[in-house]
Amino acid sequence: MAVNLETFYYRFFSVLLPAQLFREKNLQIYICTKSKSIMKKFSNSATTMLVSLLLPIGALYLTVKVASYKGEPDQIKVKLKSEHVSSVDHSQFEILQQDFATPHDVTAACLSCHTGRDEEVMATAHWKWERDVEIPGKGKVSIGKKNLLNNFCTGANGNNGSCMRCHIGLGWKDKSFDFADNRNIDCLVCHDQTDSYFKQKGQGGMPATAETANAAYQVPDYPYVAQNVGLPKKNNCGICHFYGGGGNNVKHGDLEEALLSCSKHVDVHMTNEGADMACIDCHTTERHNIKGKLYSVSSMNENRIDCDQCHTATPHNDAVLDQHFEKLACQTCHIPIYAKANATKLYWDWSSAGMLDDEGNGYSEDDADGNHNYLSIKGNFVWDNDVKPEYYWFNGTADHFLTSDTISEIPVKINELFGSYQDSTAKIWPVKVHRGKQIYDVDHNTLINLKLWAAEKGEGAFWKDFDWDTASRLGMKYNDRPYSGNYDFVESEAYWPINHMVSPKEETLTCTECHSREGRLDNLKDFYLPGRDYSKTVDYAGMSLIVLTIVGIFAHMIGRIVAFFKNK
Amino acid sequence: MNKVKIYSRFERFWHWTQMMLILLLGLTGFEIHGSFELFGFESSVRLHSAAGWGFLVLTIFAIFWMVVTGQSRQFIPVRNNVKSQIMYYMSGIFKNEPHPVPKTAESKLNPLQRIVYFGLIILVFPVQLISGFLYLFFHYPDKPFTLQGLETVAVLHTLGAFLLVVFVIVHLYLITTGHTISANLKAMITGYEDLEQSENHTK
Repeated sequence: MAVNLETFYYRFFSVLLPAQLFREKNLQIYICTKSKSIMKKFSNSATTMLVSLLLPIGALYLTVKVASYKGEPDQIKVKLKSEHVSSVDHSQFEILQQDFATPHDVTAACLSCHTGRDEEVMATAHWKWERDVEIPGKGKVSIGKKNLLNNFCTGANGNNGSCMRCHIGLGWKDKSFDFADNRNIDCLVCHDQTDSYFKQKGQGGMPATAETANAAYQVPDYPYVAQNVGLPKKNNCGICHFYGGGGNNVKHGDLEEALLSCSKHVDVHMTNEGADMACIDCHTTERHNIKGKLYSVSSMNENRIDCDQCHTATPHNDAVLDQHFEKLACQTCHIPIYAKANATKLYWDWSSAGMLDDEGNGYSEDDADGNHNYLSIKGNFVWDNDVKPEYYWFNGTADHFLTSDTISEIPVKINELFGSYQDSTAKIWPVKVHRGKQIYDVDHNTLINLKLWAAEKGEGAFWKDFDWDTASRLGMKYNDRPYSGNYDFVESEAYWPINHMVSPKEETLTCTECHSREGRLDNLKDFYLPGRDYSKTVDYAGMSLIVLTIVGIFAHMIGRIVAFFKNK
Repeated sequence: MNKVKIYSRFERFWHWTQMMLILLLGLTGFEIHGSFELFGFESSVRLHSAAGWGFLVLTIFAIFWMVVTGQSRQFIPVRNNVKSQIMYYMSGIFKNEPHPVPKTAESKLNPLQRIVYFGLIILVFPVQLISGFLYLFFHYPDKPFTLQGLETVAVLHTLGAFLLVVFVIVHLYLITTGHTISANLKAMITGYEDLEQSENHTK
């Protein structure tokens, strides 16, 4: 190589210089030596460039290249339930063309073909409003809407006319309702496709009859409805699940009527700008057992829906992101805010309820957004929309404050979610926490079941007569519980894991929402979170050492400069 | 004075690559730590992991080189002249005295450098690499072997990082203490330094 280069230089110069000059031998020698030294210098600086600059930069470039590799998320293909084509035409069945006298007769007609379905339905929590569960520390209990207390309207049992409107039976008005009679099942409320079948207000789940019909609720056209049945649509589920707690989005915060027709921003799955998925696309159902349940009324880690029913457990195809799945629920990053369309109730203070206007009637006051912030029948509220969830460890099991439990801590935890960092089955979940003040029995130290609803004044219901004591006495009596007559109000908290209103990927949480000094996970102290946590000792010691070093170096440098001029 | 080659090509490549990786690791690491914002948290995490792997590969090459060339002996601390080296930095340097231990191709590092680099190689780098990879792969408590969370590993890693920052600051300053201000820097770039003939100093 070196020899060749030398020859090259020689030839190069011989072409450049005038032939006459070149002929002189001295010059030839001069050029030879010169080119040799130029060559050596060039070779040295080339090596220097290579090993001290180019190769290290190459290594750095490679590092940056590797770092910038990001996987592409999976594309999901699912067959939606809306594509399902019924194998029969119900309007052709003679049995559905009769003039039904009662909704019970419709149910009988359904069951005459769909044999055995009654048993499936009657085994569900939708029918029983309770489940057999085992709660750590409390053993085997049967709990559900039927017998649990909450910090919204406190409890359904005893307020059947209003609350049991959302039961899938026909007329659970009082304790006489026959849970063994399959004719009491209301098939239509879930399977109606005509949007014309409704349960009437105040009738414990019965649609209007000839006697009760009014301007708002007419007797349904049973043959029409029965001939047009199909898989439940969003609004079949929503008619109850959107309006729990007495109004749209009161309870869940992430489940409300806006989901019937919403933008991508509100929910990527249910948006009509996209897949327009129905509830049952995720809440898959086999033999009337609908997957998924809510921890305000359930306890055990079973029959749950997972995002990886459709997505995988490594959906990002990116190690850094996918690793988070081990300790984070998908919902945590993918639902950065809830109540995106309409506000949800975050605080409910019962203790101020019962104030009346000058005529002795209940009244209401609205906040700036038009939501009630005071109702005589219910007390004070705080509503909000675009709410940031709170975050809790959650392993899929929850405690419940039972009617037999006594208050041992304030605020009372209505349904504590179990889990911790050390629990390998627990993940961080976004949670709506509903706080409030509710009535309790001071002597027995128990939460009170209230008699809130009655059709008429004078029956002792709080919403008609505004008498705490009577309402408590009647509510407790209906639930076969002791009541001392001594009541007061106590703070309580209920925990609602957030699952709906999944955001488009562009709106998911960014790293520093949690990985920063004051981030969203500030209340979860039981683990070390990079970016949030640090050892104060090490950080202060480290910084001090750096400062001391710099000061020392400055002093030394000044000494050297002084010495330099002195020694001159 | 003679022009002597003291840093081989690999040594120079190693040094400058290591400099870039440590700079990148430091900047991204302290961003992840929450000390400042620079590349963005996610980019920093990805860069830090990649640079960590790069550092591991480079370290393996360096170990291989040390073993094969026997240059590892350069980094073994010596008892002699530690005190005189300290005295040199504390007073001799101000009086224009010569370095107490002459630099030769056979012994490039002074006794203090030997101690510090030995500490880096035997303690700080291994601790950073091991805690770093534990951090990367065992950041959850329920892996095959259990770490009680990241705390110990993370705090150790941070401690190492602070020590490296201090090292880099001191190192940058001491570059200027060669027989001319830029002699050390030039040597690490070109490989050559003007040195007294080593025979002159053998006692």
